[in-house]
Amino acid sequence: MRVIDIRDAITQAHHAEWARVVAALTRRFGDLDIAEEAAAEAFATAVERWPADGVPPNPGAWLTTTATRKAIDRVRRENKRDDKQKEAQLVHDDPPEPLGAIDDERLRLIFTCCHPALAMETRVALTLRMVGGLTVAEIARAFLVQEAAMGQRITRAKAKIKAARIPYRVPSAEDLPARVSGVLAVLFLVFNEGYLATGPDTDPVRHDLTAEAIRLTRLIRPLMPEAGEVAGLLALMLLTEARRTTRVSASGELVPLHEQDRGAWDAALIAEGHRLVREGLAAGVAPGRYQLLAAINAVHTSARDVRDTDWSQVVALYDQLVRIDPSPIIALNRAIAVAELDGPEVALATIDRLDDKLAGYHAYHATRADLLRRLGRSQESRAAYDKAIELAGNTAETAYLTRRRDQLG
Amino acid sequence: MQYLVSVIDDKSNPGSTDRQPAISAFNERLIAEGYWVFAGGLADTDAATVIDNRGEQAVFSDGPFVESKEYLAGVWVWEAPDLDVALKLATEASKVCDRKIEVRPFV
Repeated sequence: MRVIDIRDAITQAHHAEWARVVAALTRRFGDLDIAEEAAAEAFATAVERWPADGVPPNPGAWLTTTATRKAIDRVRRENKRDDKQKEAQLVHDDPPEPLGAIDDERLRLIFTCCHPALAMETRVALTLRMVGGLTVAEIARAFLVQEAAMGQRITRAKAKIKAARIPYRVPSAEDLPARVSGVLAVLFLVFNEGYLATGPDTDPVRHDLTAEAIRLTRLIRPLMPEAGEVAGLLALMLLTEARRTTRVSASGELVPLHEQDRGAWDAALIAEGHRLVREGLAAGVAPGRYQLLAAINAVHTSARDVRDTDWSQVVALYDQLVRIDPSPIIALNRAIAVAELDGPEVALATIDRLDDKLAGYHAYHATRADLLRRLGRSQESRAAYDKAIELAGNTAETAYLTRRRDQLG
Repeated sequence: MQYLVSVIDDKSNPGSTDRQPAISAFNERLIAEGYWVFAGGLADTDAATVIDNRGEQAVFSDGPFVESKEYLAGVWVWEAPDLDVALKLATEASKVCDRKIEVRPFV
């Protein structure tokens, strides 16, 4: 086998098996820290051995066995050092617990990492490390914090899970809906950070994060086939990801939806997203937040030309969304659609009422700037662009806003 | 697994004072279901005394070790299999007491 094929095989095994190995070991040893370390060692061993020995016929089983040996070694070392108490971990077999709504090791892992007793940013970091298999350095880079600080955050989280005994299990059926929506919130956050990355030195779109969020959502979807919002979130991500390559120009400037090259959108992702949205609608259950956002994106991606956009459909979907999520940000996005349907003046009147809630949000000022520009109120528009540029954290967005401001007469 | 369950009150926005019957009923349930280890309400923080005998002689100071708007009004110790069970009970306890609750594991 060529070196490059081996490397592919390892990368593939890492994607396919990392979460499974961590999950299996967490289950056996009851300790995330041991599981994570042993999994990392097993993959390091694969990198060492596979080029010489060849890729084993069942990479997943090989990795789990290797990681289990590493974990046993560690527990033995610690037993020698500390007390005999940990010996129990080697022979300890949990009594079979009553089967939760879904029984899957990786799912337990996701629910543990996304536990509501952990801070949101900790849940995101822990999920990317334990389930996604990203290194601490990669996660630190993605969220613009020092590697040491990110390492500490993950270490503290593992310590809390252990000390407070955050259970390693799928929540009971009655708690499941709330906990699933917590998991989806984490995945959505990962995706959004990838799609509109913040920071002056960051790529405007972090494909590694959007891809990871999609991969994890795909991973949990078959485990929760009944949850329409999982499919909704997946569709939303796919329909957004489909436009990724057209979203930033060659000169590094954000390209707004109406200026994007629709021919360059990813047709396969759009087809899959549309199919998921249609299936959701056919289920006949009242759509949730992600399903509605996906449906809005489906309307946009159905229009071959921006002029073909069914704006009344978009506004109708936002009306539904406002009913379940009356947040000012949803109201702002609804107003953008209203501007297309009823004109910028109506939209401006709506969003001016959001000022006290959104004054610190760059998109609010960018939207106002655009509406004021269309109404020929250049001076006010310029002031709004200034404010938006001051608040925007994304390099491509800043470049776009600056150009629009400088084009004002 | 034992958890220290602290009831936190707020001097500027205190919880209601008529909770005792509900708390008693909740305690009965904790006992019946095997979670109850200990419970106790605390007198006002003004009644606290801090003792520091790390130096040459013991120093007594009047009042709590930390002055803050929020303070510990009472504690429980619960025996629960895991944090999910403790959090579920604490969610009820917060309603029952009309106060914030902190759940902290013993080592």
